[in-house]
Order: sequence, then C-alpha cells, then structure tokens
Amino acid sequence: MAILRVYGGRAGGLFVSTYERVMRSIPPLILIFLFYFGITTTVLEIPGFFAVTLALGLCSSGYQSQIFRGALESVGSGQMDAARSIGMSRLQAIRLVIAPQALRFALPSWANELATMIKDTSLAFVVGVAELMRRTDYVRAATFDPVVPFLVVAGIYFVIVFPITRVAGTWGQEKKRLVTGT
Amino acid sequence: MGTGEEATGDRYLTKVVSVRDVWKSYGKVEVVKGVSFDVEEGTTTVIFGPSGAGKSTLLRCINMLYPPDRGTVLLRDIDLMKTGGKINYYRSRFGMVFQHFNLFSHMTVLDNVMIGPRIVKKIPQDQAKTIALEALEEVRMKDWCNHYPSQLSGGQKQRTGIARALAMDPEVILFDEPTSALDPELIGEVLQTMLDLAREKKTMICVTHEMGFAKAVASEMIFMDEGAVVETGSPEHFFTNPANERTQRFLSRLTELYGRHESRENLAADEK
Repeated sequence: MAILRVYGGRAGGLFVSTYERVMRSIPPLILIFLFYFGITTTVLEIPGFFAVTLALGLCSSGYQSQIFRGALESVGSGQMDAARSIGMSRLQAIRLVIAPQALRFALPSWANELATMIKDTSLAFVVGVAELMRRTDYVRAATFDPVVPFLVVAGIYFVIVFPITRVAGTWGQEKKRLVTGT
Repeated sequence: MGTGEEATGDRYLTKVVSVRDVWKSYGKVEVVKGVSFDVEEGTTTVIFGPSGAGKSTLLRCINMLYPPDRGTVLLRDIDLMKTGGKINYYRSRFGMVFQHFNLFSHMTVLDNVMIGPRIVKKIPQDQAKTIALEALEEVRMKDWCNHYPSQLSGGQKQRTGIARALAMDPEVILFDEPTSALDPELIGEVLQTMLDLAREKKTMICVTHEMGFAKAVASEMIFMDEGAVVETGSPEHFFTNPANERTQRFLSRLTELYGRHESRENLAADEK
C-alpha cells in the first residue's frame, strides 16, 4: 500500500490516500458491525471471527500504510539515484535499498500499531466471538465478581502487548544508532 | 561523422560519450537548454559554473537517471534515448559519484561496493567480493570494509562511493561535486583518488569547482551558466585568457573564495 502511495504515481497515490483517510476516520466497532450484520443479512452468513478479522485488518491497514509511507519517504531520494546509477531497476532499488531502510524506520511505530490492534480484538466481544474478553465475561457471570476477572484479563493483555512494544523499541533504537551514527 | 575514430595529430581518439543538444525542464523551469559536447576516451572533462546552472541535472541526463526532454546522448554508438527496455544495462556502464555520497546506509562498505556486481551483473558472490575488494584497495578503503557508512568520515564515505562506481568497471565515471560536502581537510584525499583515476586514463566527467584538479588533469573544461554552455576550452585557455566576460567574473570570484587556483596544486604537482 505504502509503496503504491509513494511510487505508484498520481492515480496510485490518490487511491491509497483516500483509502487511508476513510479507514482511519471510521471507528473499528462500526466496521465490525457493518461486516458482521451487513454482510450476514444481505450476502451470505459469515462467522463473527471472519468479520472481525476483516474489519480490524482493513482498519489497521489504513494506519500501517501511513506508517510505511512516512518511513519510505524518510529514505532520501539520493538512495534511489545511487541504486539506479549502478544499473538497478526501480523494483530492485525498492526491494534491496529503499525497503530495508524504511523497515527500520517504521518498526517502532509499526509495533505500536500492532499493540493497538491486539487490544482492539477485544471488540470481537460484541459479535459473540469467544475471545479473551468474552471468556472473561463468562467468568464474571459465573462468579458474580466484577473486579478480579477484569483485572486478570487486563494483566493478560499487558503481558501480550508489553514485549512487542519493548522489543521493537530497542531494536528501533539500535538501528537508528547504526544509521545516524550517534 | 561523430563517433568512431578520428585522427587528431598523431593520436587516435575515440569518442565515448556524445551529448547532443540536451534539454531538460522541471515543470516550467528550463534547467538544461541545448547542451552538446563530446568526451574522448581516457580524458577528463571538467564542468563548472554557478549553482543553478544545470550542471547536476545535465550529469543525470547523461546516464538517463533523468532522461532529457529533447536531444540525446550517445554512449559509443548507442543512442541512449532509443534503448528500449535496456536502459538499466546502459546506465550501469556509467559510474556515478554523488555530492552527498548516497551510500546505502544499511550496508557495510563491502556490501555497498559488492551489490552492483552481484545484483546488476549477476556475478557470483565470491567473485563479486574479489572485484569489490580490488576497487576498495584502489581507493585505499580495504581496511574499512566491515564498517557501516555512519562510522566513516566524509572523505572515507566519498572514497567508498568512488569504489562503488569502480566496481562496475564503468566506461565513464560521472562526478557530481564530489568534494563540495567535505570538510576542507578531507578534500585532499578524495581529490588524490580522482587524480589517480585520471592518470590511469579512466574517462571522467566531473562537475567540480576544484580548479587545481582541473588544471592538473582536465583535457577539456566547460563553463555553464543558466542551463547553457558559455565557453569551452583547455585549462590553459581558461586560466590565461578566458574569452567570455561571465567566465572571467566567475573565475575571479572562485579565486576570491578559495584563494589562488594554485592553492591545491602542490597536491597535483607531487604526482607529476
């Protein structure tokens, strides 16, 4: 997506930027309802899990595309010139020179987005997918304890998400040090 | 006419590059306006002139990094505007050295130099490595081959840039103000490398304001202003009696800025 936005010319860029804008402006919950109820009632019955995956995927791709676009643009045009000057094609230059550098720039923000998305999976609750949140609610219903189960599940989310942001953060720092030499 | 061999005096010279009436604009701004010149094998051509004169753009038109809007460039007998899908191959026969080095920052010095032979020429890993090490040896950067660009000085970066171009065994090397971004004390090592190459009879087209370098090795100098060639001639011509008034003014301003143009000549003189 991001490659299309940066290198895809006018039409490609317009398509992607419109897509990004739309996806980033719609709350993921609405997308989930739209896919789950909208498609199920009009086209064919799809399982809640599928609807949620689709909705979160589309929504997150809007953000991820933005992240990678920023990263691609932060790799200077001189890199493309240099790669092409030794005879690489545009595609080779993107694959071997631009993308590997952009990936390093993108990693920290990308990890953030991943964390947000993992947390958003709790929204699947509303369409009856038996994910972490719904199971917690079962426990709450069975034990009549509104506090402990939710504290526990908050802890579980934390344990899943924390290492992701942590690892990506340090990796990003390391690469930045390498590139900028500080 | 034009290409092929021509007798001049007692020597046979072969035209390697022929720039033919090249025009280039960005949007409505005409940057290069009908430039033509020839470059003979084994010679150094120096292009100089005020910033904004279109020198860098012209250089990028020559290897079709930015194809010209009109006119063409011949590499030996090949019209580079009519190569079909093979322009990447012909571009690889030009080496290019940039003002801001443009080394691939995620690769080591060795990988920077190796990637051309590896990817573009599809030479096997171990052979490509040998070629890269030879090129690095030539610019005296072999000891640094496992370092990343961010760990190098400007002069070392630029010498690596030159090695990256050399590793492709180009027919012509294009230099785009290779010393303009360097600290004064680092300019010498890069100029020295360029002098070595010129004396080895590499064909070079250099955009530079290093008049000592021009005086030492240029066989032809081209003064450009406002997108066009103002004056062409030998270094002797430019340093003794430049014909055009704009050329005179520009040269005297260079002298004011950098001191007499002999300032770096001791470097060149050592080599003679």
